[in-house]
Amino acid sequence: MRHLLDTQTLAREDALRILDVAEDMADTQRREVKKLPTLRGKTVVNLFFEDSTRTRISFEAAAKRLSADVINFSAKGSSVSKGESLQDTAQTLQAMGADAVVIRHGASGAPRTLATSGWISAGVVNAGDGTHEHPTQALLDAFTIRKRRFGDDSRGRDLAGVAVTIVGDILHSRVARSNVWLLDALGAEVTLVAPPTLVPQDVSGWPVRVLYDLDEAIAAGPDALMMLRIQLERMNAAYFPTEREYSRRWGLDPLRLRALGADTIVMHPGPMNRGLEISAEAADSPRSTVLEQVTNGVSVRMAALYLLLAGADDPTTEIPEETTR
Amino acid sequence: MSETLLFRGALIEGTTAADVIVDGGMIAEIGPSLSRAGATVVDADGLVLLPGLVDLHTHLREPGYEASETILTGSRAAAAGGYSAVFAMPNTSPVADTAGVVEQELALGEAAGFVTVQPIGAVTVGQKGERLAELGAMADSRARVRVFSDDGFCVWDPLIMRRALEYVKAFDGVIAQHAQDPRLTEGAQMNEGAVSAELGLAGWPAVAEESIIARDVLLAEHVGSRLHVCHLSTAGSVDIIRWAKKRGVDVTAEVTPHHLLLTDELVRDYDARFKVNPPLRREEDVLAVREGLADGTIDIVATDHAPHPAEAKACEWHAAANGMVGLESALRVVQLAMVDTGLITWGDVARIMSREPARIGRLAGHGTPLTAGQPASLAFYDPAPRRTFTTDDLRGRSVNSPYLGRELPGDVRWTLHAGTVTVADGALLDTPGVRA
Amino acid sequence: MSTRIVLHEADIARALTRISHEILESNKGPDGLVLLGIPTRGVTLANRIGALVEQFGGTPVPVGALDVTMYRDDLHRNPTRAPQRTHIPDGGIDGKVVVLVDDVLFSGRSIRAALDALQDIGRPAAVRLATLVDRGHRELPIRPDFVGKNLPSAREERVNVRLNENDGSDSVTIEGR
Repeated sequence: MRHLLDTQTLAREDALRILDVAEDMADTQRREVKKLPTLRGKTVVNLFFEDSTRTRISFEAAAKRLSADVINFSAKGSSVSKGESLQDTAQTLQAMGADAVVIRHGASGAPRTLATSGWISAGVVNAGDGTHEHPTQALLDAFTIRKRRFGDDSRGRDLAGVAVTIVGDILHSRVARSNVWLLDALGAEVTLVAPPTLVPQDVSGWPVRVLYDLDEAIAAGPDALMMLRIQLERMNAAYFPTEREYSRRWGLDPLRLRALGADTIVMHPGPMNRGLEISAEAADSPRSTVLEQVTNGVSVRMAALYLLLAGADDPTTEIPEETTR
Repeated sequence: MSETLLFRGALIEGTTAADVIVDGGMIAEIGPSLSRAGATVVDADGLVLLPGLVDLHTHLREPGYEASETILTGSRAAAAGGYSAVFAMPNTSPVADTAGVVEQELALGEAAGFVTVQPIGAVTVGQKGERLAELGAMADSRARVRVFSDDGFCVWDPLIMRRALEYVKAFDGVIAQHAQDPRLTEGAQMNEGAVSAELGLAGWPAVAEESIIARDVLLAEHVGSRLHVCHLSTAGSVDIIRWAKKRGVDVTAEVTPHHLLLTDELVRDYDARFKVNPPLRREEDVLAVREGLADGTIDIVATDHAPHPAEAKACEWHAAANGMVGLESALRVVQLAMVDTGLITWGDVARIMSREPARIGRLAGHGTPLTAGQPASLAFYDPAPRRTFTTDDLRGRSVNSPYLGRELPGDVRWTLHAGTVTVADGALLDTPGVRA
Repeated sequence: MSTRIVLHEADIARALTRISHEILESNKGPDGLVLLGIPTRGVTLANRIGALVEQFGGTPVPVGALDVTMYRDDLHRNPTRAPQRTHIPDGGIDGKVVVLVDDVLFSGRSIRAALDALQDIGRPAAVRLATLVDRGHRELPIRPDFVGKNLPSAREERVNVRLNENDGSDSVTIEGR
C-alpha cells in the first residue's frame, strides 16, 4: 500500500487487511510493553494544516508504538502562514528524511495533489482533507462496529447486513463520506439523516438511503447510530435556523435514546457538542462507543502505518508465502 | 512590409477549391487557376481558408499581470491559433475603465503588430459593480470601445445592469455579462452535481448562471437593448437563450471551446488545470451547448483565454486560480467537437469564429467576405493531421492548458493580419511580415 | 529440478513422539511448560506435541502461538507481510519454561525475533527451541534443544513441510536446483 488517501478507492480486501492487522495491533496494546520495534528507523511527519489535537496525538501514538520517529509540523505560526506553498513545505520535510507524511489539510484533494505531484517520494496518509475524506476515521469506526458485534472473533469478518445510520451535516462531513464508501464495501446498509440543506444536491449515485426524519430512521432499527458534530457556523449560512431547532429535530435526546434497539450502539467521531447533536445521557451510556473509538483509532493507525512503511517500496503489495526463515 | 502571395488550391470555407492572391493588404483576386508575376507561390492544397478568426473574449493581462501574459505574447498566441483580432477583457491592473487605459492597450496592440487588439471596457468603476464607468469616454476614445464587460465578476445589481443596458444604446454598445449569481456561488470550486458531492468541493450550481441570464434577457427586452452573454455553459442557459430569441430579444451568446469538450469528471484527480469559471459541467451540458452552437442559439465561440503562472495551478485545488489558455487550441478543439462530429461545416466555423464575433463587437475590417477587395485577414488551416497537444504548441507566456497530452486534430499553417503574414508554413514569425 | 521426500508421514510421527519425550525428560515432567508455536506450521506442530506431552506426561500443557512478523529484522527488504495471530495461553509466560516450536530452523532470524517478542510479553524462567527440521546455515548463534531431523542442505535448495491440518498430508521434501 503506497498511500492511504480515501476509502472510495480502497478495495474490500485491502480494507479487511487493515482491520485484521489492527486486531493484532490492538492485542499488543493490551500487553504491559505496548511498543513494537517494527518501524524503528522510520520517520513519520504529521503535517497538520488544520488544528486537530486529537487526530494528531492518535497518529503520534501509533507511530511511536511502532518505534518510528515522529516530527510534528503544525501550520500555525509556521512558514505556511507566511505564504509558503504546499509544495515547498512538503519538500522541506522530505529533505529532513520523512518516510511517511500524515497530512490534514483544509482543501479537499490536497493529499491526492501531494501524493501524485512528484514533489515527494514519501507515502501519504490522509488525516482529513477539507470536506472530502477521513479514511482512518472510517476504518476505526468499522473496526469498532465489528468488534462490538463479533468480539474476539472479528478477524476476517465484514459487516454484511449491518445497518448503520449516520446523522448530521453530511454535506460538509468527510467522516460521512469515508464511512459511506467503506461501509458499503464491507456489505453494510447505510442510511443518512440530515436536514435537507445539509445533504449534497445530488447523492443519487451513492449507495445510501436518505431520510430527513430521525425518528423514522430510529424506528427502522439500525444496529449502529453515528452522530456527527454540527458546526454552529452553519447556522449563520442559513443551513438551519437555530441550535434549538436542530437539536429538537436531529439531536439524539434521551427520548430517542430509549427508542433504540437493545443492541444498538451509539457512535460519535468527536469532539461532541453535548446537548446539541448528542445528549449527555447518550454520550455516557453503555451503548456509547466514543472512548473505544479513540482507542481503536490508535490500533487502526498503527495498522495503516505498518502497511504503508514496513515492507519494501513495492507498489504491488503481495502477501508472500513464508519464504525466509 | 507585405509581399504579394499566391495561395494555390485552398478550400474556400472548406468547399470550393480556388487560388487566392494577396497584395497590398487586400485580397486582390480569388478564383480558379490564377497567376501573378512576382508573387510568392504557396501550395495550399487541402488547406481550409477561413476569414481571420476573431476572439470576442481574451485575457491579455497587460497592464498589471505581465508575469502571466503581455499584449505582445498574447497577440502571438492568437496569431498562432489563426486569429487576426482579439477583444481584450478589462480585468487588468489598473482596470480598463477609463479612456486612458483602453488607449494604452490599443497602442500596445498596434506596436506588437500580430493581431488587432480591440479593448473591452469595464461596465463599472474597478469592476466593483457600484457605479457605471465612463462608458461614453471609452466609446469616443481612439480605442472606439463598443463591448463592455465586468468579466470575472457578474453585474449583479439589477438596477446597475438595467442602466448599463440602456446607456450603451447611445453608441451602439453592448454589455457582455458574466452570468454568475455571487450569493449562490460563494466559495464555489466546481460544478455542483454528483461529482462535487463525492469530491467534497463546494458547488457552483447551474441555476446561478441561468437565473442571471433569465433576468438579463428580460431587462434587455424591456429597455430595447442588445445583450451578450459570455461563456455560456449549461443546458438550461441554452434553453433560456432559445426562448429569448424566439421572443425577439436582441441577445447573443458565446461558448468556449473547453465547454464544448470537457466535463466535470476531469476534476476527480483534483488537477487544477481543469479549474475554470464557469466550471466544467456535465456530459448533458456539453451535448446541449454543442447542439445550441449548431442550431445558432449560441452565436459564437470565444476562447476566454486566461493565462496563469505555474504556481497558481501546481497546488491544491482550493488554492488554484480559475482559467485555461485557449487561443492556440481553439480551432483544433472546435474541429474535434463540432466539425468532425458532423454538427457544423467549415462555413459555419467561419461564421461562429470570425463573422459573428466581428459583427457583435462592431469591429470593422475583420470577419469580412472572402472576395476580392476585402482586407486580407485570413487563416489557412490543415484539418488532416492528428497530433498530441504539448507545450510546444503554446506560444503565449503561460502553459495552463487542459489539452496537454491530448490528441487534437488540425494545424494552423498560415495566418495573415491585413495582408501581413504572422504565421508562415506552420511557424509563428518573430516579427510580423518578416520571413527568413 | 528434483524433489525428494526426506520424511514420510510415519517419520514425522516418530520424530514428534521422540521430541515430546525429550521435552518431558529435560523438564523433569510437565510442570511449568508452555508451548508456543511460530505460525503457521509451527502452531500445528505445537498442538500435536502438546497432545503427545499430555498423553505421556499425564497433565495438559498450555499451547499457544507467537507471531514474530513485527519483530523481524528483514521487514524492509520484503513486501509487506500480514501478521498472524499471537495467542498467549491464560497463565502467561512469567516464570514458565517456554518451548518455541517451529517447522524449519534455517538462519535463526525467526527465533531471534521470537526471543524479542517474548521479552515484550513477559519473563520466562527459560526458553527452549523445538524444531522438526534443522537444515543448517545459521546466521546467528542460535541452537535448537529438540530436533526432529538434521537435514544438511544447500542454500539454494527449498525445504517444504506439509502437514495434514494445513496441507492435507504429512511430508517433508527438499527441492534441488
